[in-house]
Amino acid sequence: MIEARGLTRRFGRHRAIEDISFRVEKGEILGFLGPNGAGKTTTMRILTGYLPATEGSASIAGYDVFHHSLEARRNIGYLPENVPLYPEMTVAGYLDYMARLRRLPERRQAIQRAMQQVRLEDRASQPIAKLSKGYRQRVGLAQALLHDPPVLILDEPTVGLDPRQIIEVRELIRSLGGEGERTIILSTHILPEVSELCQRIIILNEGRIAAIDTLAELTARLQDTNRIHLHLQQPSADSVEQIRALEGVMAVQEKGGGVFEVQSSRDHDIRPSLAALATGQGWGVLELRPVTLSMEEIFLRFTTGGQQPATPADQAANGAGNQEEAQAGDRAGNQEEEPLSGEPEPTPDPGP
Amino acid sequence: MSTVITIARRELEAYFVSPIAYIVSAAFLVISGYLFSLILIDLHQASLEILFANIIVTLLFITPLLTMRLLADEQRMGTLEVLMTAPVRDWEVVVGKFLAALGLFGVMLLFTLFYPLLIWRFGGNPDPGPLISGYLGLLLMAGAMLAIGTLTSTMTSNQMVAAVLCFGILLMLWLVDAASRVAPSLAGVLTELSLRERYDDFARGAINLEDVVYYLSIVGGALFIATRVLESRRYRV
Repeated sequence: MIEARGLTRRFGRHRAIEDISFRVEKGEILGFLGPNGAGKTTTMRILTGYLPATEGSASIAGYDVFHHSLEARRNIGYLPENVPLYPEMTVAGYLDYMARLRRLPERRQAIQRAMQQVRLEDRASQPIAKLSKGYRQRVGLAQALLHDPPVLILDEPTVGLDPRQIIEVRELIRSLGGEGERTIILSTHILPEVSELCQRIIILNEGRIAAIDTLAELTARLQDTNRIHLHLQQPSADSVEQIRALEGVMAVQEKGGGVFEVQSSRDHDIRPSLAALATGQGWGVLELRPVTLSMEEIFLRFTTGGQQPATPADQAANGAGNQEEAQAGDRAGNQEEEPLSGEPEPTPDPGP
Repeated sequence: MSTVITIARRELEAYFVSPIAYIVSAAFLVISGYLFSLILIDLHQASLEILFANIIVTLLFITPLLTMRLLADEQRMGTLEVLMTAPVRDWEVVVGKFLAALGLFGVMLLFTLFYPLLIWRFGGNPDPGPLISGYLGLLLMAGAMLAIGTLTSTMTSNQMVAAVLCFGILLMLWLVDAASRVAPSLAGVLTELSLRERYDDFARGAINLEDVVYYLSIVGGALFIATRVLESRRYRV
C-alpha cells in the first residue's frame, strides 16, 4: 500500500533523511519512532507529496507521489504536525471547504460521517478559534477522513493533549485501523503509543532507519537471556546458592527486600523449577514474572550506538528495499564497533 | 475550475471576517468620496475623468494591503501544508487567491458607482464612453497590481514583508518613466512600461488593445511566476 525506496532528502548540506526504505501492507498500522529531528516529519511530507525527495521514490496505493502526485494525494488523509487550521472558520465550514477542494460527490454525508467518526457533531457550528486543543485535533482528523482514504498519515497525533484526550485519540486511531481496510502511518516520540497501536515499528535516528520490526521481534533481538523477577516473602540465607544450582540458571542477583533477578539462557524456561523450589523451601512466592525490555530501553539501545545489524527478517519484510536495507545493515554493523555506553548520547537536533 | 472557485470563495469569506478588508474599503470609499465632492464643487463637470486620475493613486496603497495575507498567512499558519497535500494544483491556488482579491476590489468599485448615479440624478449627463472605459481601466490596472501582490505574498510567510515588497515593485513601475528626462533615448520604452501612463487613455474614454494587453500580461506574468515560486517552495528549506 505504501512503499518507500531509498528516500533521501537534503536541505542544503544538511541531510534530513537518508536512504529510507520500507513497505507497509494494506491494513497495517506502522509507527515512526524517533527523537525530535530524526526525520519523521520529513519522511511523512515526502509521502504526502508536500516535499519532493532529493533521491529515491515512494508510492501510495501504486501511485508515485512525485509523478502522479494528484492521484497519490487523493488516496491519503494527512494530519500534519500541530494541526494547522483556519481559526476564523467554523468546524462545518472548514470541513465543507476541504470536501469541496477534494471534489467529493456527496459532501454533506461525507462531512457527517467524518464528524461522527471523531465525535465532533456537537461542535459543528463553532468557530475553530474557540476550540480546545483536543477538539482541534479532532477537526484535523475529520479533515483527514473526509474522503475515506485508504491511507492515513498522522504526524504526532497526540502531541500537546491531556492524558484523557490522548487515550481518546488513541482509541480513535485504533478504531480507524480496526477494520483492516485502512493503512496507517503515525509518528510519535511517545513510546507506549507505538507499543499500543502499531503492528510494526520503524525506529528513526538522525535521518536513518535504526530498526524496522514488530515490537516482539525488536525485544527478542536485544535480549540474549531470559530474566526473571522473583519476589520472596521469607528468603533463607542460602536462597541465592540454591537458585543458582538449578539447571539453566546463569546468574542470580539479590536486589534486597526479598527481590531477586535470575538470568537463564534463552532456550531454557526455568520458571517451573524456580517456582517448585521456592514453594518447597517455604520461601513464600509473592511475585514471579519475566522481565521484558521496556520500550524506552529498546529505543535507547537502537538510537545510541548500540545498533544491531539488520537481520534477514528485516530485509524480507522490506521486499524491494532489499539492497538498501543490506547497505543500512552494513553501516549499522560498522557502528557496532563503537563502545557501547549505558548512557544515552544526546541526540543533536539538526534544526529545520 | 471548480477548485479555483472554491479557493476564491473561502478567501473572500476570510476577507469579510478580518478587519483589514473593512478598513481598506472604508478608507478607499472615504477618499474617493472626498475627491469626488471636491472635484464636483470646484469644476462643475459631469465627468469622472479627473476623479479616476486621482483614484488610481490610492490603488498604490490599497492593493498591497489586500493581497499581503493571501499566501503569506497560509505559510505562517502552516495551513498551506494541508492545502497543498489535497489534490489541488499549484496554479489553482494562486489563481483562486488572486480572484478573491480582485473580487473584493470589484465590490469596492461597485460602491463608487454611486458617484455617476448622483451626477445623473441631479441633472448631469455624464458621457457613458469615458465612464465605461474608466471603470474597465481601473479594474485592469488593479488586477495587474493585485497580481503583483499575490506574487509577493507567495514569497514570504510575513505579511508585512509581502506588503512592503509589493508596494516597492508597484512604486517602481509607477515611477519608471521618470527616468525619461535622464535617458531620452529610452523615454518611449519607459513610458510604455509605466503603470500610470497606461491609464491615461482609459480615463479619456479610449480603450486601446495594447493597453489592455499590457495590464493582462502583467496579470499573467505575475501569476505565472507566483505559481513557480509556490512550486519552488518544495525545493527550498
